[in-house]
Amino acid sequence: MKLKNHLPTLLILIGFMLFVTACTAFGQPRWNEGELTTLRGLWINSLPPLPADPSNKYADDAEAAAFGQKLFFDTRFSSNGEVACATCHLPEKQFQDGTPLAHGVSTTTRRTMTIVGTAYSPWLFWDGRKDSQWAQALGPMESAVEHGGNRTLYAHLVAEYYADEYTALFGPLPDLSNLPLDAGPVADAEAAANWEAMSPQNKEAVTRIYVNMGKSIAAYERHLIPGESRFDQYVDAVLKEDYKSAKQILTSDEIAGLKLFIGEAHCTNCHNGPLFTNNDFHNTGVPSAQGLTEDTGRAQGAQQVQADEFNCLSSYSDTQPDQCSELNFLVIDEHQQERQFKPPSLRNVTARGPFMHAGQFTTLEEVLNHYNTAPEAPAGHSELEPLKLSDTQLAQIIAFLKTLDSAINADPKWLTKP
Amino acid sequence: MIAMNMMMAKMNSEVPADLDYSTTRVSENGLFNVSYTASTGTVPVNQLHQWTLHIETTDGQPVENATITVDGDMPQHGHGLPTQPRVTKNLGNGDYLVDGMKFQMGGWWVMDFNITVNGQTDTVHFNMMLKQ
Repeated sequence: MKLKNHLPTLLILIGFMLFVTACTAFGQPRWNEGELTTLRGLWINSLPPLPADPSNKYADDAEAAAFGQKLFFDTRFSSNGEVACATCHLPEKQFQDGTPLAHGVSTTTRRTMTIVGTAYSPWLFWDGRKDSQWAQALGPMESAVEHGGNRTLYAHLVAEYYADEYTALFGPLPDLSNLPLDAGPVADAEAAANWEAMSPQNKEAVTRIYVNMGKSIAAYERHLIPGESRFDQYVDAVLKEDYKSAKQILTSDEIAGLKLFIGEAHCTNCHNGPLFTNNDFHNTGVPSAQGLTEDTGRAQGAQQVQADEFNCLSSYSDTQPDQCSELNFLVIDEHQQERQFKPPSLRNVTARGPFMHAGQFTTLEEVLNHYNTAPEAPAGHSELEPLKLSDTQLAQIIAFLKTLDSAINADPKWLTKP
Repeated sequence: MIAMNMMMAKMNSEVPADLDYSTTRVSENGLFNVSYTASTGTVPVNQLHQWTLHIETTDGQPVENATITVDGDMPQHGHGLPTQPRVTKNLGNGDYLVDGMKFQMGGWWVMDFNITVNGQTDTVHFNMMLKQ
């Protein structure tokens, strides 16, 4: 009698258990409402339209982009005639170089970051010391170890090789005939002395050319956006409740890795949103790079962007001051920001080793082992807690990361030297 | 299922179960009733936005000319906001515009507003469980 009374409940329970077993067997975890919200947030279709860059009035100018593309690939814009932006940002390598430290005219102290998707970044570089794509593009050009050149060198080169294009976009070039071949606020003593000797008017005129170069390069770089990956196809199917298609898109290990990624491993604390980065800065206790001086990351970067002559509030920016919200509400806190670095996008991460800001880890296995064990930071305070995941779980997360591979979503004409 | 429930229980135990997530709260020492509304409706993750803070006395009078400082943090993570928000405009009728609000991840956040009026200071805390 008692059994009979409980029979309907028992049948429901058995049915539910069979359903759970079937779901697990077919690699279909039941995503709860919170997980579905997270999946939707990571989905490439959640990427908003390309945000305007009010600091660059040429940002969406097709002619500026075409000019910028030429500059991007032109090795004449360097001290030895051998270094272009594309030297470290290679189109065939997701616009990065695959080496621990970048090699321009000499060797830098940081890993080259990809350019793909940076139109969405409020802060550029690992330490966010620039706040626009155009300001970022100008940094390496007068770095002694990257392009190694200077502002008058570049102005002369623009006048010699690109006078028509430049004039059509920005108006007549100033008279450069009496200006030194090498002058700029750079490390090279002779060029720096030449710069100091120039009149404020000439400095301003040359810097305007330099800024217009940066704005053109940025107009080009805005076209480089990540494309749809297998992960995105999977989310698309899950959101449509098309589980039959979903299970053909990702393997059970990849799905298990995704579940860990958005759950137990807490990866989405920092790698959230459709570009898998919150564009903030975090100290995750990444070890120091051997042979390099201690890198304070955002602690220095925050101060640098505030003082940067090309920041959003500068006279070279095309914004109104109230359009510079990120800079207006910038945090400067040397203690809190000690050794914080920007989480890079994880889209195409498997094609972008070695990893971390100085390429400290060669493989994703090393990266995951770091997050799993959470060692103390060399300086500052690491935000990590040990995950204590098994080797199988770590391998599943790596399997998931491989589902983020995709082509660049851009007209093929932007992906080669013009 | 049991294992999953236990895991959920463990994760949830990190956040106090009795947290008050109200958008209207009384300040610590009972001086003010304070409420907030976000310019975006729901409080977003990774998006700059504004809050309007409304401050009243406990008998319902709007509090004018308050001096307000803003702070926020994630108690479980030991870090604060990615921006330094501040009151940029006194909108009148006890309303204050807080600009530069941004949260860089989902989870439990606590926003603190330190309010000073006529030499008297009190602090109000708002708990939020943000989804990303």
